[in-house]
Amino acid sequence: MSNRYRKNLLVCNGISCQQASDLALVAFINSKLKEYQLENEIKVIQSVCSNKCSIGPNIIVYPDNVEYSKVTKADIDDIIIEHLLNDRIVERLVFDKEKGNGVAPKKQYRIALRNCGFIDPEEIKDYIEKDGYNALAKCLTEYSPQEVTQEIIKSGLRGRGGGGFPTGLKWEITSKSVANQKYVVCNADEGDPGAFMDRSVLEGDPHSVLEAMAICGYCIGSNKGIIYVRAEYPLAIKRLKIALEQANEYGLLGKNIFGTDFEFTIEIKYGAGAFVCGEETALIHSMEGLRGEPTLKPPFPSVSGYLNKPTNVNNVETFANIPAIINKGAEWFSSIGTEKSKGTKVFALAGKINNVGLIEVPMGITLREIIYDIGGGIVDGKKFKAVQTGGPSGGCLTEKHLDLPIDFDSLTAVGSMMGSGGMIVMDEDDCMVSMARFYLEFIVEESCGKCAPCRIGNKRLHEMLVKLCDGKGTLNDLDLLRNLSVVVKDTSLCGLGQTSPNPILSTLNNFYDEYYAHVAEHRCPSGQCKSFLRYYISEENCIGCLVCYRKCPAGAISGEKKKVHVINQELCTKCGICMEKCKFHAVYLN
Amino acid sequence: MDTISIKIDNKNFQVEKGTTILDAAKSVGINIPTLCYMHLHDLNTTHNPTGCRICVVEVVGRKNLVPACATECLPGMEIKNQTIRVLNSRKTILELILSDHPTDCLICAKNGDCDLQSMAQQMGIREIHYKGDQSHYIKDTSPAIKRDMDKCIGCRRCVTMCNEIQTVGALSSINRGFMSVVAPAFQMNLEDSVCTYCGQCVAVCPTAALTEVDHTNLVIRALADPNKTVIVQTAPAVRVALGEEFGYEPGTIITGKMTAALKDMGFDYVFDTDFAADLTIMEEATELLDRLTRHINGDITVKLPLLTSCCPAWVNFFEHQFPDMKDIPSTARSPQQMFGSIAKTYFADKLGIKRENMVVVSIMPCLAKKYECSREEFKTNGNPDVDFVLSTRELARLIKQTSIDFESLEPVEFDHPMGESSGAGVIFGTTGGVIEAAVRTAYETFTKQKLHKVDFKQLRGMEWIRESTIDFNGTPIKIGIAHGLGNARKLLQEIREGKSQYHAIEIMACPGGCIGGGGQPLHHGDSTILLARQKALYSEDKAKVIRKSHENPSIQKLYAEFLGKPMSEKAHELLHTHYFDKSNHVEISKD
Repeated sequence: MSNRYRKNLLVCNGISCQQASDLALVAFINSKLKEYQLENEIKVIQSVCSNKCSIGPNIIVYPDNVEYSKVTKADIDDIIIEHLLNDRIVERLVFDKEKGNGVAPKKQYRIALRNCGFIDPEEIKDYIEKDGYNALAKCLTEYSPQEVTQEIIKSGLRGRGGGGFPTGLKWEITSKSVANQKYVVCNADEGDPGAFMDRSVLEGDPHSVLEAMAICGYCIGSNKGIIYVRAEYPLAIKRLKIALEQANEYGLLGKNIFGTDFEFTIEIKYGAGAFVCGEETALIHSMEGLRGEPTLKPPFPSVSGYLNKPTNVNNVETFANIPAIINKGAEWFSSIGTEKSKGTKVFALAGKINNVGLIEVPMGITLREIIYDIGGGIVDGKKFKAVQTGGPSGGCLTEKHLDLPIDFDSLTAVGSMMGSGGMIVMDEDDCMVSMARFYLEFIVEESCGKCAPCRIGNKRLHEMLVKLCDGKGTLNDLDLLRNLSVVVKDTSLCGLGQTSPNPILSTLNNFYDEYYAHVAEHRCPSGQCKSFLRYYISEENCIGCLVCYRKCPAGAISGEKKKVHVINQELCTKCGICMEKCKFHAVYLN
Repeated sequence: MDTISIKIDNKNFQVEKGTTILDAAKSVGINIPTLCYMHLHDLNTTHNPTGCRICVVEVVGRKNLVPACATECLPGMEIKNQTIRVLNSRKTILELILSDHPTDCLICAKNGDCDLQSMAQQMGIREIHYKGDQSHYIKDTSPAIKRDMDKCIGCRRCVTMCNEIQTVGALSSINRGFMSVVAPAFQMNLEDSVCTYCGQCVAVCPTAALTEVDHTNLVIRALADPNKTVIVQTAPAVRVALGEEFGYEPGTIITGKMTAALKDMGFDYVFDTDFAADLTIMEEATELLDRLTRHINGDITVKLPLLTSCCPAWVNFFEHQFPDMKDIPSTARSPQQMFGSIAKTYFADKLGIKRENMVVVSIMPCLAKKYECSREEFKTNGNPDVDFVLSTRELARLIKQTSIDFESLEPVEFDHPMGESSGAGVIFGTTGGVIEAAVRTAYETFTKQKLHKVDFKQLRGMEWIRESTIDFNGTPIKIGIAHGLGNARKLLQEIREGKSQYHAIEIMACPGGCIGGGGQPLHHGDSTILLARQKALYSEDKAKVIRKSHENPSIQKLYAEFLGKPMSEKAHELLHTHYFDKSNHVEISKD
């Protein structure tokens, strides 16, 4: 936030808070400030998700560091009169830590998100006040490209987009490729359902990405950066554009940066929202105007990428770590995390957990700490069942993995993956077969269709899971399911198909009993798969009133007045209306 | 040759450095199955999108299986081609592909000639374990090519041919995932697209997703009609390829047997398109000399280079994509159309029958000819000069259908007068042949001297773009040759930019020329077949007594009796044409 104002109001601009509030909350606050003639003293900033989605909309008053939650338009007068004019905190709106709502800051460590929510992303001066562009200056004036690259290698930073390839090594390989033109590409095509780590960085701290891209350009010998961002991220795009304009105006991008002969420009290209375009070769083809489809690696983009020139592709979160590493040193960064996974990781917590939202935690933290200490445990005190990490192509972790220190390698070892950082928590009411079906549905939608195992294999996997959930599966189907999953994983062209069966394989491994129950016992243990439900009418309670008979939309109930009614299971659509309408509790479920 | 040592299935091998696993294995006699892969060696074209994943092998140390067709061999690489993991994967993938493919093999146009069918046979598929939704698309029929995308397996060979080799851009992948399909943009019909009907997509399609429009039944009906005189012409490239359909080696010349078969089928007259090729040379060479002479005399309005115009796909190509240059190609009609118009005038008069009672059938190596004969400008009162076109493949089917024992046929000569031809007419079927034929005649006309050495070897070959300067007795004539429309595009760009140095350019749309036409027996990616066909054409030329078009006595007689001289008014009416701007289909950038 800016020191040029007496106070700053950080109004959360996350999707959840936006939906919880009247969309015009910011405009309303601004008009109120004008009414009180405070517009030159108080600055309203649309900040990024403050990770307390469940109690939004959230407003933070700086520098007082007071957080107000569930703020409505009716509360604005109070905040202005009490807090802004009289410096008295509006206690009734203060976030109650005791209740455990909202993601607690404890155990979190912010590197990538260091500025998110704390600065005005549309004001370069705010970023500069937070040591912004200091790292770039240091690199250009004090170090050679090789020294900077070595620093990144030493830091142990690995790609945050999912692959976990060592970032410094990638830079070094690209720097060694000889060409008259090289490119730095920022992959901002975040597409996992429920994941918004990269969006938050772009919306909350766009300059950190621009600065890091310039540093990367310096290291690999490139003067051209391209950000490939989803067109569905309008705010991120707007802020990137503002940031680019300001950086160019300040001479922090363009020619002769910091008086050196280093030149670097950045342009934005838009993705149309295809999940597969997060795969780097597909992303490059999309940027070239071709169909967004992967090609075989090698050649890797670092050798032949955009327009067949050496191209270094890193994801947003990876870049956001770079300035901090340069400013604070590789040793500092590598002191955080585990032996092979250094630093922190941003996760998007979602599902049946009390505190949903973004968290940034050091590598090596256990699942238990994330779910119980940070996430506040399972909703309604239910029993934890599993957590899906790595998005649709990740796998699920179960109770036995709760104390597993989370990093790139440990997740892969147990059949899941880091992915870009989605974490969806499931409780005892969730059916794991149904969960796998959901993810495969997503993959079938998002496969590009180039290779046969992904195009047809995932379709067949999805069809088999639908069959299981519909209660039509056999034991033989489970064998086929496993075989096909293994083949699709083993033979697909790109990372999408090579990981898409993970939700199936990991649930088959960890919850085989649920699959078995679906096919051999004809029941869904969690009760989520409706096709297994059976409604019955109790002979004891039924008085023969004909109400259910009349209300059944499927005509599945037969009966006569004062005689016990019967449900024809063949016709029953499991809508539950009979149960709802019966005043005598005669309708029950198996 | 630098070699490296690798291991395949625990055996050590020395293989060429820089080759793929597939090629390396092949070089040591190990066959790895492929499906989408296509390699046209002599044409320098490899299609390995690694989409079908049938060729996957295990490489020790790699997490996943790798596609052999595109993975380079590295020193010390240990490859496993026979493990359960590999075999199960291949079989499972093939079952997946079959699960989204109709199983109407018995009544399929490609029955017996289908790569997918052979693969299923080879892998011993007896059951498809993975069943589910199949994709269904509306069938699309154009004047030449039929699309049944239910049978598409997504190998995308057609996309490579259409975009990279031909640069036509009619076909590409659209939609995503299970719904992805190869189609013209916006799923428009092929007829509305920029398609040139070159048929190269059909020539490489492994299944019956892309096939020719079948005219065999129409021909049978015409033959059965007692009121019709049915005459047939056979293109030069057909006689060196048709044999392949009956088990002969590629490049076997079966002209006499083909003629005999056509006679047995009941065609009233069996003629030779080579005759019309000689006629084409008379007109085209005269046109070339006319432009050349005017050019030499300082006429700056004259358009050079002259482009040949016998190839209908090429005509479609420039009408769509280079309409600003439609006055550069020769106005001479293709041999097929010259034949048709002479048959339905000169020959019909000779027989004393009306053109309406004459049916002209062409046997062509080409699918674009099916479209060409339907063009309005080649009709008189709605009656087309050429009625039906059968591809080489359709002729083979027709011969089989009529139970003719091809092998035991005694060779028969073509009928007169339109069956007599020179060696120049024969070589029309290969890249470089039309221009060589034109040079033989143009040289003698221009220099008024006898040409003794008629073989212009410098014009022959298989390189995509070739050039040569021929000395016309002191006047150097620069000749350019391109086959494959992508290469034609390069020469056209040069002309558009004013950089072209040629006096004449021969263009054929298909790789190799008509011998590699879209209607020929399928080469299944084996380009040595094209070389064998080319060699056969040159040997037939060599065996001819008459090697120059203007020395063909039937041609001389035709001019004396009917046409007068080349480029006469009558010749213009019957043997020349004009071109249309069809650029409304595409955006043309003129700079």
